[in-house]
Amino acid sequence: MISEYIKCVTDEGIEECISRVYDRVTKLEPKLHAFITLVDKDTVINNAKQVRSRKLMGLPVAVKDNISTKGIRTTCGSRMLSEYVPVYDATVIERLASKGATILGKTNMDEFAMGSTTETSFFGPSRNPWDLTRVPGGSSGGSGVAIASKMVEIALGSDTGGSIRAPASFNGVYGLKPSYGTVSRYGLVAYANSLEQIGPMARNASDLKILFSIISGFDIKDATTVSFDKKDDVDIKLNGFRIGILKDIMDRSSPEVQNVMSSFIEKLSSEGALIEEVQLGYIDYILPAYYIIAMSEASSNLARFDGVRYGYGRYKEGTWIQTFSANRAEGFGSEVKKRILLGSFILSAGYYDEYYIKALKIRKLVKESVDNILKSHDVILSPTMPILPPKLGDVIDDPLKMYAMDLNTVVANLTGIPAVSVPVGFYQGLPVGAQFMGKYLNDFFLLNLVSEVEKITKMAELTPSI
Amino acid sequence: MVKIGLEVHVHLNTLNTKLFCSCSSNYEDKEPNTNVCPVCLGLPGALPVVNERALTMAVMVATALHMEISHILSFSRKHYFYPDMSKNYQITQYDGPGSTAIAYNGWIEINGKKIRIRRINIEEDPAKSIYPTGSILTSKYTLLDYNRSGIGLLEIVTEPDLENPKEARQFMEVLRSILEHLDVTNFELEGAMRADCNVSVEGGERVEVKNVGSPKDAEAAIAYEIARQNAALRSGVKIRRETRHWDSIRKVTVPLRSKETEEDYRYFPDPDLPPYYIPHETIDKIIKSMPELPESRIDRLIKQYGLDEYQAQVLVYQKQLADFFEEAAKEYKQYKRLANVIINEVQRRLNEREIELKNSKLSTEHLIKVLAMEDNGSISVKTMKDLIPKIIDGIDPEQYVIQNNLLIITDVTALENVINSVISKNIEVVRKAKQDPKVVDFLVGMVMKEVKKRANPKQVYELIQSKLREIS
Repeated sequence: MISEYIKCVTDEGIEECISRVYDRVTKLEPKLHAFITLVDKDTVINNAKQVRSRKLMGLPVAVKDNISTKGIRTTCGSRMLSEYVPVYDATVIERLASKGATILGKTNMDEFAMGSTTETSFFGPSRNPWDLTRVPGGSSGGSGVAIASKMVEIALGSDTGGSIRAPASFNGVYGLKPSYGTVSRYGLVAYANSLEQIGPMARNASDLKILFSIISGFDIKDATTVSFDKKDDVDIKLNGFRIGILKDIMDRSSPEVQNVMSSFIEKLSSEGALIEEVQLGYIDYILPAYYIIAMSEASSNLARFDGVRYGYGRYKEGTWIQTFSANRAEGFGSEVKKRILLGSFILSAGYYDEYYIKALKIRKLVKESVDNILKSHDVILSPTMPILPPKLGDVIDDPLKMYAMDLNTVVANLTGIPAVSVPVGFYQGLPVGAQFMGKYLNDFFLLNLVSEVEKITKMAELTPSI
Repeated sequence: MVKIGLEVHVHLNTLNTKLFCSCSSNYEDKEPNTNVCPVCLGLPGALPVVNERALTMAVMVATALHMEISHILSFSRKHYFYPDMSKNYQITQYDGPGSTAIAYNGWIEINGKKIRIRRINIEEDPAKSIYPTGSILTSKYTLLDYNRSGIGLLEIVTEPDLENPKEARQFMEVLRSILEHLDVTNFELEGAMRADCNVSVEGGERVEVKNVGSPKDAEAAIAYEIARQNAALRSGVKIRRETRHWDSIRKVTVPLRSKETEEDYRYFPDPDLPPYYIPHETIDKIIKSMPELPESRIDRLIKQYGLDEYQAQVLVYQKQLADFFEEAAKEYKQYKRLANVIINEVQRRLNEREIELKNSKLSTEHLIKVLAMEDNGSISVKTMKDLIPKIIDGIDPEQYVIQNNLLIITDVTALENVINSVISKNIEVVRKAKQDPKVVDFLVGMVMKEVKKRANPKQVYELIQSKLREIS
């Protein structure tokens, strides 16, 4: 908990508390590989001392490695940016610093956030702290691992199709994909702009809310941000709370996940929540629509990486076409290249209408369906992930299997609504998360609900023994 | 038949900032790559935010060009890899699903003929390429200067309605005048206006000529291209679709790349710049606040100063001449004469020196002094004309005529001395003159030559006549 750190600093001083963090990181990191870059200890201690008077008193945080950090290498898990050191801070980083947070390191991720396991990272996969043979989810896997193993209390992730919620679910922690436009994307290396948001990850509901409060809000540097009322005083009572359960999504989940979900739903019922099964519809079209949009945007966003101004620029001789091609051929991994190729194909003349425009239509239909459900329900509930954390290597070679893992989570990205993953139980020692989706801009409403849920699940501060 | 269409790119360099970031829109005299930020360098994670004054400028231009204005401001990405592109896509406006150009279907009138304008759109400029060891085709390497990257551009696309090089030049001059009157572009800054000229002659395909930097160059490049294409066709060579480069020093076009197929730019709406609805009231407000346009200024100059249409057009199509004329007209009331001197004498001398009025030292005060001296008979017409280059250099004309003895001699005694001297040297002629009045003119000429034309011939004629009467 953040408050533990504050107490530590008040009682023992910054140097002692941060040294303790480093002891833990040094011990666990070789097994877990949560970080791509760790800032050295003295620098972190110095930085923390400089912001000691601010609210977070130098609290070390972990930041996903696709968020631009001035002077700290930002790789996106890619060889393309393996030596790229940004000259500017993302807006969220500025906001964290203004509240007194210090960056401990940059966390491992699937290359350019394309993946659900961290296995596409150029730097190698992270491990699930609950079972080192399993994946931690992705793409913000490193952030999930870093908080689950209590190396840090809070971390930033980014979520394009579930990249915060998947690792939150697989690591037994909390993660919010905020409403689109509530958190500035300035400084987030774009994968699919219209879908993604930076979001908070934490070990309990209260820290999750604190982190979201700090990073959210209108930003003049991001034209897609919105001004919204940060009202935090909504009183949530589970008694009489109307919850719609996505039947069609539940049915597609593994029996193990269904099993944990059922007992969670029973708990909610016993608190007086009104639970009703609802159908989302378009279930066979959601993933294709999501991937068409994501890959199209990715093919455009990743065009800038040619090795000229920054990034992997091994080849300097020859014509510019030869140079660009060689740098991109070696700088990108195969998953990224696959998505760029597919996205370029989709956007090309003649196919644009057949794929991209149709995907936008499906996106609109899914939004209508979700809005409709939320007219008569306070929130929508489903498992966060349809399966338990798979073993390393199990899904990486089967793209359809890997993409299918995202079915439950992509709905919130397609529709822009907030979605949060909360730990609700274990199946044979592996954590299972539930996902609540709420109305657009009702992020604080959702976070307050999470606090209530945490009270009945008593699942906060879960730490595996490694 | 020749078909010419233009794509004119104009820098919105009076925006103060670049189109999507807060770097300055004026990069002149700046060290390379110092007018840059994460946004215009295309650094990972940087996002564009549009300077909304670009909308105001586009709406004003659209109105001046009689266009239909879109009610949505939206941007698309145009994808192509090229070294001068910071993101390998250009943020522009495109007519497609979810996006639109800012205005469509306008026209400009040239010599009573309407040249149709297909559309105008707002877009960003790429970085500037520098070829240190030669030209675009021969340099061993290329340097990139991102100071220009992200500057706002207005692209103005015509229909292929232009029929000859002169018309293309006139079109660009009129367009430039409109943009100057709207204060959208400062044409004194480098690269303020560039055109891609599409030229096709009968029996050949369309050839695009890039890098044309002025109305004068447009005329030259198109004339060259028409001649080249015709010559090729006559010798049996086919004209295929291609892109050529205008070499403004050698005054030739050189091949850049062939266009075998239509390039696929994979346009799609930029997700970082959500489209927004432009309310009617906003557009009305912009239109109401517009400054005077060339068309109405021409009408006004005709009515207010009694100029003829030709004079008014020449002045207005070079806004600085019109501004200069109106400034001088506050003091000098012989308007038509003033206009003539500006159009003929002043402009000719400026052209000789290849400088713009704004960059010369010419003041209205000096020009008025020159005209007044001629009006009151202190200097001759010739001296007046000779004084124009002097005042362009900032020389005070009154002092100059005194120092150089250019004032007309009106003093009778002085003139009589000259006449006496001429007569005494030409006794034979004087005799003839008494019989034949035509010979008197010869004597007048002799005297005028003697005083270097600084006398009134009529006065000299009368003085000689009375002298002749004396002699008899």
